[in-house]
Amino acid sequence: MSTTAPAPGKPAADERLLKTSPLKKFLGRPELGSVVGAVAVFLFFAVVADSFLRTASLATVLYAASTIGIMAVPVALLMIGGEFDLSAGVMVTTSALISSMFSYQMTANIWVGVGVSLLATLAIGVFNGVMLIRTDPPSFIITLGTFLMLTGMNLGFTKLISGTVSTKSISDMEGFSSAKDVFASTITIGGVDFKITIVWWLAMIAVATWILLRTRAGNWIFAVGGGEQAARAVGVPVGRTKIGLYMGVAFGAWVSGQHLLFNYDVVQSGEGVGNELIYIIAAVIGGCLITGGYGSAVGAAVGALIFGMTSKGIVYAEWNPDWFKFFLGAMLLLATLLNAWVRKRAEATK
Amino acid sequence: MTTEAAPEGATAAPERTPLVELDGVSKYYGNIRALEGVSLEVHAGEISCVLGDNGAGKSTLIKIIAGLHQHDAGTFRIEGEEARLASPREALDRGIATVYQDLAVVPLMPVWRNFFLGSEPTKGAGPFKRLDVDAMRRTTHAELLRMGIDLRDVDQPIGTLSGGERQCVAIARAVYFGAKVLVLDEPTAALGVKQSGVVLKYVAAARDAGLGVVLITHNPHHAYLVGDRFVLLKRGAMSGAHTRAEITLDELTRQMAGGSELDDLRHELERTPEPDLGGGAP
Repeated sequence: MSTTAPAPGKPAADERLLKTSPLKKFLGRPELGSVVGAVAVFLFFAVVADSFLRTASLATVLYAASTIGIMAVPVALLMIGGEFDLSAGVMVTTSALISSMFSYQMTANIWVGVGVSLLATLAIGVFNGVMLIRTDPPSFIITLGTFLMLTGMNLGFTKLISGTVSTKSISDMEGFSSAKDVFASTITIGGVDFKITIVWWLAMIAVATWILLRTRAGNWIFAVGGGEQAARAVGVPVGRTKIGLYMGVAFGAWVSGQHLLFNYDVVQSGEGVGNELIYIIAAVIGGCLITGGYGSAVGAAVGALIFGMTSKGIVYAEWNPDWFKFFLGAMLLLATLLNAWVRKRAEATK
Repeated sequence: MTTEAAPEGATAAPERTPLVELDGVSKYYGNIRALEGVSLEVHAGEISCVLGDNGAGKSTLIKIIAGLHQHDAGTFRIEGEEARLASPREALDRGIATVYQDLAVVPLMPVWRNFFLGSEPTKGAGPFKRLDVDAMRRTTHAELLRMGIDLRDVDQPIGTLSGGERQCVAIARAVYFGAKVLVLDEPTAALGVKQSGVVLKYVAAARDAGLGVVLITHNPHHAYLVGDRFVLLKRGAMSGAHTRAEITLDELTRQMAGGSELDDLRHELERTPEPDLGGGAP
């Protein structure tokens, strides 16, 4: 049997290849589970909560989603790269504390503190990454260590320096208003107030998707998560890729931390504990494989959106907020089952 | 189906510099002697087979050639020049590509992403530097077709291909990226008879393309089909080195199985109607 050479420039039509319908292609996307879930949650709250569909409510939902999403997107990339970061939640608080306290203690322009905070937070990311590749225990343990250390340092240093568990107000300092414009301002479109974090969120989704699907680094991220030994054998810089991923999470923590600081002016040093799990759950709901090598940034963003809708939807439905956790757990289970089912179907070649 | 034809490489001029030459190479892990005094030559357009049972030191040998480990004694020359490879990347840069049995590819990634993994072509500049996806897809399809693999869809996850096809993709990749030496770790170990034949065909194709091939196997039948030189390892040391002209398949099988050990085994198995010596995979 001889095969005809494909026409140059045009992919050969192959008689063995059944025409893939757009629907089937969509079914094979990692985001599928989360999109179906998001639509279901949306419809659910649209029915049970009257005020849910108001544009003001939707802006609030998007705000809640964006604060989680800014972290969930880089956490998803890290998970695709096969690793976790349990320190992601408290790192946000650390980042905010550094900006606030550095500016206050040095009586420097706020932007100096923000810059120092960026460097320090990225350094924590590098620390996580280097510790992971130098030694070889699971990232779960390494970042659990970082998590505990940061939790202790957040409280310890804050009490040591300001005498209380929260930072001093910095709203009257130079540069505060311009920093607030960047990290915590409100944009009014058609009479509805949208928080600027939504813009940060969308930008992170766009950049992360670009990196993941269209750059060499993206190819490496999939490879180190899906088959680290194979990746190393063909010359992928496994260590650098992982350090880069941890720095991505650190960058997200910096953005979130600055938002926290400039939105509320003071930072509670005990905050952030437990949020790391929320980011991970958002990534998993978004179709990221917990063992690495599969997933998408858009999926994680939709996972964050489900979080936003559920947390605010429960308030609009005037239910006891205690039910939030129950919903979350149910969502996580459903998403995991759905994803497993979808992947099996999508990967079946027959 | 050219594998039956005897390759003429064994008669090549002896003064040609081998692509890779190991001379008395040893490797110790603490007080464990993993490899001692192993010598091996790999010439362009020839297949050098390394045979040995489990634990004979085959993997250690591969790791030294592939740059994962460094040897402790002896000399390792690449094209006549003494070398000590620090990483797989360095080995690749010097033209040595290694295809591992289970670790050749990343199963969840599409074929085209796997094909270019680690050496992705880009276009554009600055922040818009991006993968040349169209070229990657087209090249993957064309290169695989050239090796005789007509892929249905380069977008399918490579894990959906059969084990033999995966090995072939990895071999095609090494050939495309200009490897001079191809190291194959048990390429036929987990495969059925037909699949093994397919893989051996691509090994021969790589040889015909002018590559020097190191074929690691514990199956003398497969080795003898394509090999020009044979090195036998046993418990970390060399127990024999032959060119194709010097040895028959029966003798190779005998040596591989440890001569008298095989006789004992035959005696033990006498009551079984058809003893199968075809080297089952562990």
